[in-house]
Amino acid sequence: MKEILSGNEAIARGAFEAGCRVACAYPGTPSTEILENTITYKEIDSSWAPNEKVALEVGIGASFGGARALVTMKHVGVNVAADPLFTLSYTGVNGGLVLVTADDPEMHSSQNEQDNRNYAKFAKVPLLEPSDSQECKEFTRLAFRLSEQYDTPVLLRTTTRISHSKSVVELGERVTDLAEPTLVKNAAKLVMLPGNARVRHPLVEERIARLSRDGVTMSLNRLEMRDSTIGIITSGVCYQYVREVMPQASTLKLGMVHPLPHDLICKFSAQVDKLYVVEELDPFIEEQVKAMGIDATGKEIFPLCGELTPGRIRKAFASIGAVLAPPAEAAPEKLPPRPPNMCPGCPHRGVFFALNQLKAYVTGDIGCYTLGFMPPLSAMDTCICMGASVGMATGVTKVVSDEEKKKVVAVIGDSTFLHTGVGGLMDMVYNQSPATLVILDNRITAMTGRQDNPASGFTLMDEPTNRIDFPLLCKALGVKHIRVINPLDLDQTRRVLQEEMNRPEPSVIITDKPCVLVKREGVFQKGPLYAVEVEKCTGCRACLKIGCPAIEWRPAGDGTRKGKAFIDPLLCTGCDVCRQLCKFDAIGRTK
Amino acid sequence: MSAKITNILLVGVGGQGILLASEILSETCMLAGFDVKKSEIHGMSQRGGSVVSHVRYGAEVFSPIVPEGEGDILFGFELMETCRSLGLLKPGAAVVANDLKIAPPSVLMGQETYPEGLVERISAQFPDFLLVDGQKLAIEAGNPRAANTALLGAVSKRLDIAEQYWLKALEKMVPRKALEVNQKAFLMGRSL
Repeated sequence: MKEILSGNEAIARGAFEAGCRVACAYPGTPSTEILENTITYKEIDSSWAPNEKVALEVGIGASFGGARALVTMKHVGVNVAADPLFTLSYTGVNGGLVLVTADDPEMHSSQNEQDNRNYAKFAKVPLLEPSDSQECKEFTRLAFRLSEQYDTPVLLRTTTRISHSKSVVELGERVTDLAEPTLVKNAAKLVMLPGNARVRHPLVEERIARLSRDGVTMSLNRLEMRDSTIGIITSGVCYQYVREVMPQASTLKLGMVHPLPHDLICKFSAQVDKLYVVEELDPFIEEQVKAMGIDATGKEIFPLCGELTPGRIRKAFASIGAVLAPPAEAAPEKLPPRPPNMCPGCPHRGVFFALNQLKAYVTGDIGCYTLGFMPPLSAMDTCICMGASVGMATGVTKVVSDEEKKKVVAVIGDSTFLHTGVGGLMDMVYNQSPATLVILDNRITAMTGRQDNPASGFTLMDEPTNRIDFPLLCKALGVKHIRVINPLDLDQTRRVLQEEMNRPEPSVIITDKPCVLVKREGVFQKGPLYAVEVEKCTGCRACLKIGCPAIEWRPAGDGTRKGKAFIDPLLCTGCDVCRQLCKFDAIGRTK
Repeated sequence: MSAKITNILLVGVGGQGILLASEILSETCMLAGFDVKKSEIHGMSQRGGSVVSHVRYGAEVFSPIVPEGEGDILFGFELMETCRSLGLLKPGAAVVANDLKIAPPSVLMGQETYPEGLVERISAQFPDFLLVDGQKLAIEAGNPRAANTALLGAVSKRLDIAEQYWLKALEKMVPRKALEVNQKAFLMGRSL
């Protein structure tokens, strides 16, 4: 049977077919939909972990217990999971373990575009890279087999264009001949104390050498001879672009990008006149090919930054006369930009409005609320990585004047706080930073598409579970000043922020309003809608300062700056924030 | 089946239902026996940003994204976004656009006005331009929410895929209770 699947859906399908029993992840674009699809297979226990490190540790436990386990994350998530990964490389696995790293060249939805192929080399584990959805499924199955065969975790690397592209996939059946999981003690292999680890390390080196040799005959590394004047080594989505732009060129398509099949590369280079390496981001393959003493062209003509596209590859080959230059790009149409925006009724809006008014120095974090950086709210000053806001606020208060210390506010969402923010708050209290922490508790991991988390009260499988009590958690960490506020009440928000910012001790403010997109019944409720009374509206534009997409400025049309505000009833959620900004009582509830 | 690949771009504003429309389109291509690939960027799509979805079909499709300047058909759900994506098209491409204006943040805040004369700008570059009032067709069909299906009907006329596959895809992808209205809206769009 054939279906059109995204790369993420196909990986979930591949895990199902491979007999995978446990799937664990922290959501992160572009990886999120993998776990949202493993839940459709009842044979797989799927769960969200509070962060990627925990997700991998859950996977390792399942593997040591004897089951096949899938762990997925976005590229930067592997930074968080790197600690267990590097030692897992030494212990190896029991049941197969596949770690999906979904990279994001071009940073469509990320803070950096690190190339996680480097992790494979660094941790000395094999890395497979599929080039379409069919391969996503097949390589996932293969990755589980290789994991057990070579006693190693296997990285499966996708990029946004693989994760989120859809193509036709032929479905298969689930394997049924796997052993039942059971506890088996093997301390010499699984307890990584120096004595044991010293025994394991040489095995890791032997393993990677063996994989490199065996990779020569693995079907996932494919030599395709066409015209021999140009030979291209490539992998992943770049293979598809190369076939599109250079249909006559010979290709060595690598399905396993680490370790490289050295003998196959030598064979290919000997059969072509000129060798190129087409890869996104780092010269990962290119450097190794050159280290083998083989002449190849790569990053001299291909960009190091951003994703590749058929057009960018054509341009590079055209620069050396290998293909005709693409037609000159049309000048982009001059039009107003359309950036993403917080939703109408978003509970974050009022907080950033108040922070802007208070001229706070805001160490920010990763989530929808990072959009608080954008005008007109313009109230975020830093954003580094998940959880960084808290520790950074402590760091800033260590160096600035007492007066400036009062300006320092860390802002973090519920899911991000639980991900890696708790440790920062522990430090803030332990070392008595006077900074203020705002936890924006909207009861969901919103940015990645509304995933549950340990503070939402539900699991990925939609089962009710414990809901973390934030005030109690903060109290346990030693915070003495904990305020819970309604972020839709602007006066309260501003007043409490001001009080806690002035306080020369650590303090936490928790906002208590749900994301407007939460679909679960009883969480978010629309209020009565609001409308502008045209006679009362003076056109002062105060309500426009919150940047709500439901409020529109309607010019008078007489060529002056005059006009009036209008609230779109289809978009308004009745949050009441704009009403509080209107000094002329022109905004009121509709009947 | 020839080696020709047809490149379609669906563009609009996050939240307009572009992804579902491109799913129905891809499903139709597969049912008609073509190889098909589609690609778009998720993540920001619910937050009102610009959305571009690529759909390509033919005997064998490699790249999931439409090579720059090779778009055959632009399917616009909103006028300004339609105009923004014209550079992705090849000369002589067809444009089918919804007669709808959604103000971007800078216009909502009164810092600039929604650009005038977009229809003229589009038709000057692409004479094969059809402006469709999707909303009006959908209301005539019985439900304003079927506007995208009406537009899809108008686009379908420009593709070499028989009507039966479109209807089959609709049957598979649209919830049962909304199917009849959507079929009607589709055929109304197709007859334009």
